[in-house]
Amino acid sequence: MTRDAVLHDLKGRFREDILDFFDKSPKRVYIEVKPDALVPAATYIFKDLGARFHIASGLDARTHLEILYHFSIETMNLLISLRVKLDRKNPRVDSLANVIKGANWIEREINELLGIDFPGHPDLHRLLLSREWPKGVFPLRRDYQEWDKKAIRDRGV
Amino acid sequence: MQKSVISIGPFHPLQEEPEHFLLTVEGETVVDVDVEIGYNHRGIEKLSERRNFDQATFVIERICGICSTSHPVAYTRAVEDIIPVVVPERAQYIRTIIAEGERIHSHLLWYGLAGHFLGYNTVYMWMWRLREEILDVMEILSGNRNNYAMFKPGGVRRDINADDIPVALKKIDSIIPTIDRLKKAILDDPVLHARLKGIGILSKEEAINYCALGPTSRASGVDRDVRKNAPYEAYDKVDWDMIVTDSGDVWGKAVVRLLEIYESIKIMKTCLQQIPSGEIDLKLKSIPPGEGIGAHEAPRGETFHYVRSDGTNRPVRHKVRAPSFMNLPTCKATVPGSTISDAAIILASIDPCYCCTERMAVRSPEGDRIYTGKDLIRMSREKTAKIKREMGIP
Repeated sequence: MTRDAVLHDLKGRFREDILDFFDKSPKRVYIEVKPDALVPAATYIFKDLGARFHIASGLDARTHLEILYHFSIETMNLLISLRVKLDRKNPRVDSLANVIKGANWIEREINELLGIDFPGHPDLHRLLLSREWPKGVFPLRRDYQEWDKKAIRDRGV
Repeated sequence: MQKSVISIGPFHPLQEEPEHFLLTVEGETVVDVDVEIGYNHRGIEKLSERRNFDQATFVIERICGICSTSHPVAYTRAVEDIIPVVVPERAQYIRTIIAEGERIHSHLLWYGLAGHFLGYNTVYMWMWRLREEILDVMEILSGNRNNYAMFKPGGVRRDINADDIPVALKKIDSIIPTIDRLKKAILDDPVLHARLKGIGILSKEEAINYCALGPTSRASGVDRDVRKNAPYEAYDKVDWDMIVTDSGDVWGKAVVRLLEIYESIKIMKTCLQQIPSGEIDLKLKSIPPGEGIGAHEAPRGETFHYVRSDGTNRPVRHKVRAPSFMNLPTCKATVPGSTISDAAIILASIDPCYCCTERMAVRSPEGDRIYTGKDLIRMSREKTAKIKREMGIP
């Protein structure tokens, strides 16, 4: 399949679910999908198109939270980024870890750093932050308060 | 049989970096493994968001002492992808030369550590001795043994002197016979065959599902290399081969790394001979709003950076994905079923990223005196004799 055929196929297959389609350059495509359609779209790209999952990158865009799932089809040097925008109040999107084992750790990381819930994840506990880190404090959120100097001193750091 | 849990780490003499392995064993056999990381979490992604685009290069160069090239290459490529621009050809060659030098010394470092994990310290001594020679080449070219600080968005920070190129080429040629000798010694060594063959097998399906990268995937028959799949810098202007084997065991990973050293030497030499003249920097003034992705094949696999800009002089979001992040979870597939003694080398076979910052300083003759190797041996003997005298040993 050529690059155009792949993109045309994706557009047709997920016509209802694609919210935005940005063809940035010959090597980069950004596709925004509805959060509900993430798992079927990612599964199709990973399993059927034989793409490689690079990583997901979460981000706080002030009005909403978003996650980009980066896939690349190596034979045609094309990087497809699936974008989902999530509500700040109750950010949740279905887990990919059961389809792609490589997505397990990054979902744990996004969960603790950005506070996004991944229903269906097999084992969603902390990856990087220590056990003493307070619950409900997410360092990569924009409203995150800088380190409390007193708290650091009291812990003897 | 009753199960018991062996905890290795987070601080353990065999580990150069803190990480915590929990091996569940039945007798001598490992039935499950769990990894806990986060002891080295420094919040660099957050730190990078408070620096401007030029300063962030220095912060991420210090993510790792070994991969001090791969993160800046991926980051600068991500920033250039926002605009998008292509850097001048001479800068591309300089980036390739430095990146390949790093691959050679990193693979030699892994060989040394692998020998150490097997209790085979001769390999460790050989390899780290040889690694010094490569570090000297890097010092000739960049001025630094590590943390080369050669990169900036839009090009490279410093040029390579024309006078240094023949010196570096001569030095590289002089170490090839040593590597040849070591290659024969390793490939013919019955001890290494016995210890490495058939253990820790990662199947091709598992390698794809775990999204394994670099030598870990290439040893399992997955022909995955960013330098070939998505050529960048000077990699498509040079003739070289991707090394792939399909055995999937630790031996396969060792062979891939060994043969990659030769490919890297080939790339480095060709680039040094062919390097074109011209500009080395685009002198970027500002970064427009947008998002960019940069990837670079580091010694351990693909390093992946995602940068978003809002038009100010700082990144709004900078995501760093190191190759070990994807390779480490494969231990769930490779370690169960092996014996405890093999677990250490299987866990080490993916080359989890170690930090090495050791550096010997030689100061100018006006300052302190310089000690040669002979002086150091003489001083060591004198010290030994002194201790013996004090302890009353004849």
